[in-house]
Amino acid sequence: MAILNYQQQDYICQENETVLDTLLRENIAIAHGCRQGVCQSCVMLSVDSNPPKNSQHGLRENQQQQHHFLSCLCIPEQNMQIADIEQSDFVYEFKVLAKQMLNHNTLLLRLLHDDKFTFKSGQFINLKSVDNVTRSYSISNTPNQQHYIELQIRLLENGRFSGWVHNDLKIGDNVPASAALGGCFYNKKRSQQQLLLVGTGSGLAPLYGILHDALEQNHEGTIHLFHGGRKAEDLYLNDELTQLVIENKNFHYTPCISGDYNDEHRSHYSQGRANEVALSAYSNLNDWQVYLCGHPEMVKQMQTQVFLKGVNLDDIYIDAFHCLYKK
Amino acid sequence: MDSLYEKLGGEDAVNSAVNIFYRKVLKDETISQFFNDTDMNKQIAKQKAFLTMAFGGPNNYTGMDMRKAHAPLVKKGLNESHFNAVAGHLQATLEELGVAADLVKEVMVVAGSTHDDILGL
Ligand code: HEM
Ligand code: FES
Repeated sequence: MAILNYQQQDYICQENETVLDTLLRENIAIAHGCRQGVCQSCVMLSVDSNPPKNSQHGLRENQQQQHHFLSCLCIPEQNMQIADIEQSDFVYEFKVLAKQMLNHNTLLLRLLHDDKFTFKSGQFINLKSVDNVTRSYSISNTPNQQHYIELQIRLLENGRFSGWVHNDLKIGDNVPASAALGGCFYNKKRSQQQLLLVGTGSGLAPLYGILHDALEQNHEGTIHLFHGGRKAEDLYLNDELTQLVIENKNFHYTPCISGDYNDEHRSHYSQGRANEVALSAYSNLNDWQVYLCGHPEMVKQMQTQVFLKGVNLDDIYIDAFHCLYKK
Repeated sequence: MDSLYEKLGGEDAVNSAVNIFYRKVLKDETISQFFNDTDMNKQIAKQKAFLTMAFGGPNNYTGMDMRKAHAPLVKKGLNESHFNAVAGHLQATLEELGVAADLVKEVMVVAGSTHDDILGL
């Protein structure tokens, strides 16, 4: 008999009882459908242990790596602490190590993280400001011995959170933070697979992390990054990315400008929206792995377009920045 | 006797069919408007649930569940022609995968049996 800990309460699983059945028996509302491991509406998170292998059946690899499991299939093998998948509680405090402008409106924020905090590059965390405004930001660096994460924060007009970070937050301050969330991170299925990374604006952040992760893990297939902005000054980290192109013969970088475009731009930038430039660059995308980050409309259109161009559903990873574009 | 699902190849068959089938659905402008979930994981799960069910595989969906799942679509105008379009893509997918004609027929019977529930009749 195993004990389930869910939202600070303990529940006892009967012999051969699934996690879903246990919680439903206790009158806890847990989303579910087929109860057969097919519809995946009952997916939950195992916080403190690897869930039983069979309870991850049919989940995508990146979900498995995040310890997601299907509660309707899970008969616990040991006591488990479980949670809803988007567990956005502010369980950590991170200290500000550095702030640095990357271009006219995007700031690199470096935070020292808690020892217990683990992440994969490209995942996001939630942060909370002094006046309790919360926002999600993607992690743009890879795990390191110095225990820091880097975020790329774009200053929005009247942005309450980004304004606070840019103007008020000081080196040494503490910021409440959540666990690392989301499934948009490098999944090394085959080292030779070709990777397409497309981002707009600060959608570069997760892609920058995913790119570094792939390169550090010696990814062998082509990696092609398309980063788009309206104007040249909206793009950033151009020099670092150009340097990476020199150092890695499988890496290609195409910065794109969708607004006013002139002859001076021609030698450095492609003309058009990043997603459109990317689509016209390849006649088919059979067997590619694709990562899409940034404006929700771009992400949504593009995931359909790359799928129709030959990418399998399982090979598409997305991170849509909804809150950035809400009115 | 193997079940229809086993004869088709079970979960592997669902996995090979899902990309082909869903590409046909999204390319069909008469029905693509019904499919616009942004969450990639959900899209994959729903398509696999559909195929598993049509293949006679393990599921606990009742007619009522199917009514509920498709009721919002019926409100948006889901009708006979859409149902036939989806069924057609299912059939074309199986044929493309080289599934034997008698098995294709069996799948179409399973799909056809959901007709009234899907359309809320
Ligand atoms: C041919 C018979 C059909 C069968 C057996 C079938 C089966 C299913 C199943 C099993 C699900 C998943 C339900 C869930 O767990 O939430 C589903 C969802 C869905 N089906 Fe069907 N379906 C059929 C026809 C259609 C048609 C004709 C359309 C529209 C043209 C359609 C559109 C959808 C959509 C959009 C969803 C997702 C709904 C959501 O997001 O909750 N289906 N279907
Ligand atoms: S309830 Fe359908 S997968 Fe668990």
